[in-house]
Amino acid sequence: MNNFSSEQSRMLKDISIIDFTLVELNEYLDTHPYDKQAMEYFNHYARIKNQMAKDFSARYFPLTADMSTDTREWNWVLSPMPWESSFGEGGCK
Amino acid sequence: MWNYEKRLQFPVNIKEPNAKLAQVIISQYGGPDGEMGASMRYLSQRYATPYREVAGLLTDIGTEELAHLEMVAAIVHQLTRNLSMEEIEKSGFAPYYTDHTIGIWPQAAGGIPFNACEFQSKGDVITDLFEDMAAEQKARTTYDNILRLIKEPDVCEPIKFLRQREVVHFQRFGEANREDCRIQVIVYLLSHICIIKAFRQRFDYGPNHRIHLLQGANPYRQNAGIRHTPDAAPIRCRAGAEKGRSCRKAVADFPAPFLKTLSERAFYAI
Repeated sequence: MNNFSSEQSRMLKDISIIDFTLVELNEYLDTHPYDKQAMEYFNHYARIKNQMAKDFSARYFPLTADMSTDTREWNWVLSPMPWESSFGEGGCK
Repeated sequence: MWNYEKRLQFPVNIKEPNAKLAQVIISQYGGPDGEMGASMRYLSQRYATPYREVAGLLTDIGTEELAHLEMVAAIVHQLTRNLSMEEIEKSGFAPYYTDHTIGIWPQAAGGIPFNACEFQSKGDVITDLFEDMAAEQKARTTYDNILRLIKEPDVCEPIKFLRQREVVHFQRFGEANREDCRIQVIVYLLSHICIIKAFRQRFDYGPNHRIHLLQGANPYRQNAGIRHTPDAAPIRCRAGAEKGRSCRKAVADFPAPFLKTLSERAFYAI
């Protein structure tokens, strides 16, 4: 099991929420490629997500390998895999 | 080209191992309507479509299915880690354990290995999109069946999320079919009928998971299209520990999906 701090869990959960919005908008736009309002939403959330992913990667571990800023140890493999448990909390609330 | 992001699309945190559930859920990893077949179906079909929008949609949904594949594997993994030998013998997990220990291997609930014959890549965009719509419904049915078999809230929550995604993907494939293959009226009506039939019926999730859809506006009675009732009553669990709790909470945790098309409105109006 991960021993994520509550702040780490919260950040990861927020990233997942924003990214889910992006997935929804992305698939919607695939079938509605001229919907300007949806594109505005997409661009807005994409900016937020990029910033959140950068902040998370700087503080905890790189979400993608290219977000690594490591110089001493390679946290891309030293950090927990996502199936070990996700946000350090679980189930229905 | 793909990139890996080191997180699950939706959290999986299962507290108690349970090999019985794992044997059922693994069907959505490598079974006939599982996520492996789904991702391979869409990612393989992309090349033959003459429409860029359809190829893009197949890429994006195929990619999301890979994330679902990882979620299903995470569920099975967490349900089978820390099992005692006694539990393995008692739960009927011994046959799987013999061949795979607790490794993840793509098979159906009945033990049949993953087979590419479970999906088609026909090289005809209309044929493929109709297959995709049917596949999403079959996967949705499978998740419904799994939800009838499980009670554990920490397991059912990610399963409900995955079930909901099948519904959204069905919608998107219907739109791709409608807009890009110029058989607008037929598919429009067909997708409405399918959605209405799928959601008007009551689902019985067993004594602890009785879920039903509350009856709302009947879209057939509206002349000017489907009435948009965004606050239509959500599906609610009627009994057991989850009584009264919205069973759409799995997705309600996230910001509302982008609702614009008539079919989606129908979903919320029913």
